[in-house]
Amino acid sequence: MANTVIQVQNVSKSYWRDSFEIPVLNDITIEVNEGEFFGLMGPSGSGKTTLLNLIAGIDRPSKGNIVIGGVDIAKLSESALAKWRSQHVGFVFQFYNLLPVLTAFENVELPLLLTSLSKAERKKHVDLALDVVGLGDRTRHYPKQLSGGQEQRVAIARAIVTDPTLLVADEPTGDLDKHSAEEIMTLLERLNKEYKKTIVMVTHDPRAVEKATVVHHLDKGELS
Amino acid sequence: MRVLKLIFKNALRHKLRTSLTILGMAIAVMAFGVLRTVVDMYYEGLEATAANRLITRHSVSFVFPLPISYRDQISKISGVETVSFANWFGGTYKDKNNFFARMGADPETIFEVYPEYLISAKELETFKQERNSCIVGSEIAKQYGFKIGDIIPLDGDIYPGKWEFVVRGIYKPRDKSTDATQMFFHWSAIDERMKVEMPRRAGNVMWYIIKIKDPAQAATISEQVDALFKNSSNSTKTETERAFTQGFISGASSLLDAMNAVSYIIIGIIMLVLGNTMIMSARERTCEYAVLKTLGFSGGHLFGLVFGESLFISVLGAGVGVLLTYPVVAGIAALVPKGFFPYFFITPTTLIIAASAALMVGIAASIFPIQRALRTKIVDGLRFAG
Repeated sequence: MANTVIQVQNVSKSYWRDSFEIPVLNDITIEVNEGEFFGLMGPSGSGKTTLLNLIAGIDRPSKGNIVIGGVDIAKLSESALAKWRSQHVGFVFQFYNLLPVLTAFENVELPLLLTSLSKAERKKHVDLALDVVGLGDRTRHYPKQLSGGQEQRVAIARAIVTDPTLLVADEPTGDLDKHSAEEIMTLLERLNKEYKKTIVMVTHDPRAVEKATVVHHLDKGELS
Repeated sequence: MRVLKLIFKNALRHKLRTSLTILGMAIAVMAFGVLRTVVDMYYEGLEATAANRLITRHSVSFVFPLPISYRDQISKISGVETVSFANWFGGTYKDKNNFFARMGADPETIFEVYPEYLISAKELETFKQERNSCIVGSEIAKQYGFKIGDIIPLDGDIYPGKWEFVVRGIYKPRDKSTDATQMFFHWSAIDERMKVEMPRRAGNVMWYIIKIKDPAQAATISEQVDALFKNSSNSTKTETERAFTQGFISGASSLLDAMNAVSYIIIGIIMLVLGNTMIMSARERTCEYAVLKTLGFSGGHLFGLVFGESLFISVLGAGVGVLLTYPVVAGIAALVPKGFFPYFFITPTTLIIAASAALMVGIAASIFPIQRALRTKIVDGLRFAG
């Protein structure tokens, strides 16, 4: 029986706009097992990105617990949460979010700057990550010198370079053409199957979610 | 090293904007340096004064003369080492714009009371022996090309008529703050002519320079000098050379205060220029800071990035500004008549203030952007479109 890596227990989340409370998630409970490719679908405004942010530890729930690898991340302090993120989570964003002034190599190296690895060790890790995403020959290229699909692959390399427990991807194909989107999804599928990475992906692209092993739907803050 | 590289790359991300900011800062620092130098040079005269010199003048005004006979009486006061005297000659050398101090002085004692004017024994001796001779400072000798043996023609105004003096010596300044722009000739040359042409003005000096043995006795000796002539028609006012010089400067004090104020306003302007750049940069990078936070970078890292960039720009701007200040100050020194500012140089204090101000500006300009980078939540930052 597979281990449960992510436990979202009775989680609710509301935002405040001026004096109005806007409920986004309502009493959500889900579990994700180790090695699972968990797809979360839903229309815009359904709360899927909010749920992803909570799982990734970049936002905090209004109510409920989020236990990842046995750690209740909702109870961690800001600095402890930042450290936990750097060690356990790899992020893939819709708009890649690479630093434009850094090369592909330097962008991928960023998370490793927070570790105690030597320069040579960092280079080894970065080269490996870029090879995995098929961009071993583009290390010196800046983001503006890459296509959208290549930028997203650099972002994926950045996400996996620290060998995190969990990969979270927010609409990873949302800004890509069909061909590039397929390449990215194939890459994510490979990371899941070959490298046994647990992936939580949010998307509203039906083609993208076909690669997921488990799919949940979210609508108006509730699982359906 | 990577963080330093990121600071450097961030700073040069918008090359035109950064260049204009650095240029703006450099010009402001240069303007600050020049204004401070002008103010400093006014006050540098005070620094050049000697504690063991007193000046005695007419109690009513500097323009009223005193009898030459006072010299002997002052000399007898205990604690007085040497008494010298001088007259302001005024006049014109070829053109009104050729301004430098021209004074009739006592050749026997003038270089004794002003040891900071360095003159060779031979030149001084020749000067003492020839009544129509003069000694000029090395700065004006350089500016007007005066050489030993040259004749300097003067058109008199305070002392009307045509005057000619032969250069018999060129004195050098002992240090940077010594005035090397003066011309001294024999007081007796003026007096002899006055005896013939305007007898009423003969036998007068405009001020006495008293060298005393102990600077601590300055107040007592000043009182004693003034007491000697208290009830005469030419009562005196004796004060330290510093107080005497300060009296001249006070006439321009409002202007100097204004220049001082403007120099500090310039620092405020620098801060606004850099602050504006840093705020724009931080706003544009809101999403990037959120990404860095997401990756696990701490508030300390973001602080370092923003602060480092602000400091990098401010230090670079200040550096260029200081480098620009030197040729500009040299240019002004060359344009302004030597006699107006006997010395014109950038003091170490000005450099220290400029560098400290740039450092403070760098710190102050980063406060708001740092606050913004630290306070913005990751989820809000990631949504930020710039």
